[in-house]
Amino acid sequence: MKPTDPAITWLEEKPLGLTERLYLPLFLQGLSTTARHMVSRKVTVNYPEVRPTVGNPLIYRGVHRLNRDDAGRVKCVACFLCATACPAHCIDIVATESPWPDREKYPESFSIDELRCIFCGMCEEACPVDAIELTSLLDLTGKSREEMIFDKEKLLSVYDMTKDAEPMKSKTLAAGGMATFGTAPGNPTTAAGGHH
Amino acid sequence: MPTVIVDGKDIEIGAHERLNCIEVARRAGVEIPHYCWHPGLSVVASCRMCLIETGTRDAATGKITMMPKLVPGCQTPAKDGTVIVTNTALVKDSRARVEEALLIDHPIDCSICDKAGECLLQDYHFEHGQAERRTDLHPFHSRRRDVGPTVTLFVDRCIMCTRCVRFTREVSGTSELMVINRGSKEEISVFPGFPLDNKLSGNVVDLCPVGALGDKDFLYQQRVWFLKRESNVCGGCSAGCSIVTEHNQDTVYRLKPRENPHVNKWWMCDDGRYGWHHLHDPARLLSAGRLVSSNDDRETVEWSDVTTRLRQELSGAGRLAVAVSPMLTLEEAWMLCATARSIDQQAALFVGHVPVSGSDESFPGGFTIRAEKCPNRRGVEAVVALFESEERGWSDLVAAVSAGEFDAAWITAGYPHAWIDDTTAAPFGQLRCLVVQDLFDSPLAKLATWRLPAAGFAERAGTWVNAAHRAQVFAAAVRAPAGVWPEGRLYWNMLGRRGLYDPAAVRRQIAESSAALAALGGEIPAVGVDLRIDQLASS
Repeated sequence: MKPTDPAITWLEEKPLGLTERLYLPLFLQGLSTTARHMVSRKVTVNYPEVRPTVGNPLIYRGVHRLNRDDAGRVKCVACFLCATACPAHCIDIVATESPWPDREKYPESFSIDELRCIFCGMCEEACPVDAIELTSLLDLTGKSREEMIFDKEKLLSVYDMTKDAEPMKSKTLAAGGMATFGTAPGNPTTAAGGHH
Repeated sequence: MPTVIVDGKDIEIGAHERLNCIEVARRAGVEIPHYCWHPGLSVVASCRMCLIETGTRDAATGKITMMPKLVPGCQTPAKDGTVIVTNTALVKDSRARVEEALLIDHPIDCSICDKAGECLLQDYHFEHGQAERRTDLHPFHSRRRDVGPTVTLFVDRCIMCTRCVRFTREVSGTSELMVINRGSKEEISVFPGFPLDNKLSGNVVDLCPVGALGDKDFLYQQRVWFLKRESNVCGGCSAGCSIVTEHNQDTVYRLKPRENPHVNKWWMCDDGRYGWHHLHDPARLLSAGRLVSSNDDRETVEWSDVTTRLRQELSGAGRLAVAVSPMLTLEEAWMLCATARSIDQQAALFVGHVPVSGSDESFPGGFTIRAEKCPNRRGVEAVVALFESEERGWSDLVAAVSAGEFDAAWITAGYPHAWIDDTTAAPFGQLRCLVVQDLFDSPLAKLATWRLPAAGFAERAGTWVNAAHRAQVFAAAVRAPAGVWPEGRLYWNMLGRRGLYDPAAVRRQIAESSAALAALGGEIPAVGVDLRIDQLASS
């Protein structure tokens, strides 16, 4: 767009008023912000002794999990849409024909390099069957790079670990879960791992 | 010149061209969507996707008279004064209705369908369909039916274009596929006990505009949008079909035919289509091995040392014989001959082993699978003829080696299948220095002083000349595995040339030195060039 484009409306900066030119009122205004924060409620916590509160697990982007279907099988159909959407290229899937008569395709292996992941949540958005979800587990540590590549079994075990505290998001949303936005205490979906 | 009017634009066509409205519109840059029509098959006009408005322009008065109803573009010949209109509301509405009808009973399982990403139903629905669905959305899984050893049928994904049925009737001539039932219950099927099992069966998967026919070899291996495509030439036989090698991260996933009216039209055979698995065979030779003791103990030699040591050892060994493999490209063969002659000015050059299996196999559609299972015999013969006055082949070489005429031999092979037995290989054991360049270990490679790895067909770059004298130029689709220098790179370095192997530079040099190969000097189109044409012109 050129500066001469008619779609651009050019505005002139307003000249300084008396209070701005005096400097002192604005200085006091800034100082009052500092003072207000000195006495207001603290938002930082003494992590890891104190666990932070996850505001809304439905939109929090922590460690991934692979959901199971009603029969306990991996829900993923190996469509590769998460791997396609992933901007960090951290998802690696090997697909094959499923051993079950009612399903055509499933992931033989499914791994996420958690070190490479940027936790953007695009995989969750892309998934057409709500198989991959980001939990509210926020402390992700490991002793080696290999340990941080989560394979299918590990991702399923994250589901097993978190399914009670955080049911599948599609189910929570169907039950009106979004209405609880911002009311962390008493939220039925508050995650495991020592949250309030 | 006959003139056809496409969406108000005048398009001139050849006086004797027989084109339908889809083909003429394409020349005007207008894409008429179609499912059932394919340039290589008969016209049935059954899918109704290519319905357009047509009319005629009176040559004398210029008055245009339109037909009252829509007509299928595939079945309507374009002649002088034909008016084609594709952008009216009537045409657009018709396309949206066809899409809607097709999707009433189509499983919405794109997420697990191998065709997703290259599916005409998806593409046309996106472009011509309507966003709103008036029937109930009921995603279901397609029934699956095995129709043959290489192809599987997802029954409910089919849109009944019958391209596959017509292919087996008109091109392969085997007629395995048929339509069973009627109306909305129509299905593609095979007669019990007569599966889709012919040498061209893989083509029906390419023809299928939707995901109904699946290739068992490729099924669920990779989503198509991850694949990178490189125009290539099949190395399976001397037909030299134009192909596209589809690969990702140096792994080949499938081969597809590339349209070439002079060679393979739109088709390729199953031998070629599935003949790439040897590229990723773990048994491949992956390093240059120099014999250190008599019982096949080898040391791995760095390639930079191979170039100098090979030259030293061969020049000290005595009389040299070279077998130039018909798997090599023209450029590689020329550089090999030049390298051999730079080592020993009297080096005898032979055309390498030409594998032959059965006899040529022709199909009613005009497709031929050649018995000669190498892509470049004619090219290698032409190159060897530049250096040798008399053409000698593999059997001559074996006889000469048995008679003790040579002290050293350099055998290039690169055949995907086992090609030599112990008896044939035995005489080579008496040589002072034997260099064998092959894809796999063999009785001959066991005897070799130098066992060098060869490149597979998709890893080579250069020119192949097929049985009909057509030279096709191609680049390497994938890199050779770690530890393998393709032949071109080795010879380039042995000739002391600088930089990377540049097939075009070698090709220009060959064209300048040979009247028979002069046609290679110019720009070579994607469909290749017939080497005989230039010869006729010059004489």
